[in-house]
Amino acid sequence: MAFTEQEILAGLAEIVNEETGLPADSVELDKSFTDDLDIDSLSMMTIVTQAEDKFGVTIPDDEVKNLVTVGDAVSFIAGAQA
Amino acid sequence: MSDANVVVTGLGTTSPLGGNVADTWAAALAGTPGAATLEHDWVERYELPVRFAAEVAVEPAEVLSVPETRRMDRSAQLAMIAAREAWADAGTPEVDGLRLGVVIGTGLGGLWTLMNAWDTLKERGPRRVLPLTVPMLMPNSSAAYVSIELGAKAGTHATVSACASGAEAIAYAKEMIATGRADVVVAGGTEACIHALPIAAFARMQALSTRNDSPETASRPYDETRDGFVLGEGAGVVVLEREEYARARGARVHGRIAGAGLSSDAGDIAAPDSAGQARAMRDALTDAGLTPQDVVHANAHATSTPAGDIGEAEAIHSVLGDVVVSGTKSMTGHLLGGAGALETIFTVLALRDRVAPPTINLTTPDPRLPVDVATAPRPLPEGDIAALNNSFGFGGHNVSLLVTTA
Repeated sequence: MAFTEQEILAGLAEIVNEETGLPADSVELDKSFTDDLDIDSLSMMTIVTQAEDKFGVTIPDDEVKNLVTVGDAVSFIAGAQA
Repeated sequence: MSDANVVVTGLGTTSPLGGNVADTWAAALAGTPGAATLEHDWVERYELPVRFAAEVAVEPAEVLSVPETRRMDRSAQLAMIAAREAWADAGTPEVDGLRLGVVIGTGLGGLWTLMNAWDTLKERGPRRVLPLTVPMLMPNSSAAYVSIELGAKAGTHATVSACASGAEAIAYAKEMIATGRADVVVAGGTEACIHALPIAAFARMQALSTRNDSPETASRPYDETRDGFVLGEGAGVVVLEREEYARARGARVHGRIAGAGLSSDAGDIAAPDSAGQARAMRDALTDAGLTPQDVVHANAHATSTPAGDIGEAEAIHSVLGDVVVSGTKSMTGHLLGGAGALETIFTVLALRDRVAPPTINLTTPDPRLPVDVATAPRPLPEGDIAALNNSFGFGGHNVSLLVTTA
């Protein structure tokens, strides 16, 4: 079962909210994880792990640095689904 | 600034008796038992020989935000709750961060984090281990998180001396102020290790009560039928200040930490030694410049183990003579690294409110008991009075704190 990009965004927003306390509706496609959401590298690793569990995908450590915006993460996860 | 007087201006706790100081103190004066049967599935799964403990009355998740519960071990969560209460109780001092210190001790540190991470590694592999695992499990984690919360930059320390950790933290904080390193120090202890492994291990030492059918009467210091301690969890935190600093800002003063005595047994790794305990008590008196006649009350370590209680009572009697003794672990269970801090709070409140808290479940006193133990709230005299708080830990650590009225 593949998740839609809408569902992935909502799921990511929930993960970010639980990890950082940021309101879920502040997690938008054009937001940068570091510059806009102030998420540090350790939190990012946790978010990535949670996202892997939630969407059943693998996000290689090398790939994480390319996930600059929330939209980057949504696209990567959507593409990585089997 | 050396030899400065050190006053207590803030108190905070989350304990088996309540989620704050007022509730905890009211429950203690009412003689409320904090222990109950554990309802977790792991108790059955591991067929634990001890199936009860004194869990905190208010779950930290009810008080903290979701990110806070994810980033801090349970022990740090409890410390943070207690520290916030103590800081607010002190009137949120506007102290220069460079003059503010934090000392929070713990016995086992982030035990739940460690055990959960190990389970995750075995069951799901290394990529699923939380990146914050090490900062969450390290024993200085609670002190560090509180220092970040308050902007404390005069030094952040974690005393680690098993069940003396919380009292040692307060002794260390007093020294920070006395030597001029800080004007204000937030100090205390925390513990959260009601987990299958420590229960199994303590049970193998035969250190725990096995009164599974009657948890509320299991912790019974000085009683002839006592059979071990009851594992508790929680945190106690106090705000200490240099007296001149506190007076200048118009702070309300609950009491003072007049003396601290620390000794080590250099004997057995686990067995207590009343000679070392007596040395700590005498040193606390000397440090405070007081005599045994000044001391009217002692909050004893009194864990309800067959070996420990009488030896300590004899040491108290030999050093202080006749004082009113309270064994509050009869109600709270044993908070390990949190115990000395919570019991310092009880000692400060006993002097402030002129009432020694009760020792419950003492129905058949051990015939060797040499001291007067309060089994109901006992009035304490008016005027300037002093009390002693004892905390001892595995490893042969003995800490006695001498508390006096404001």
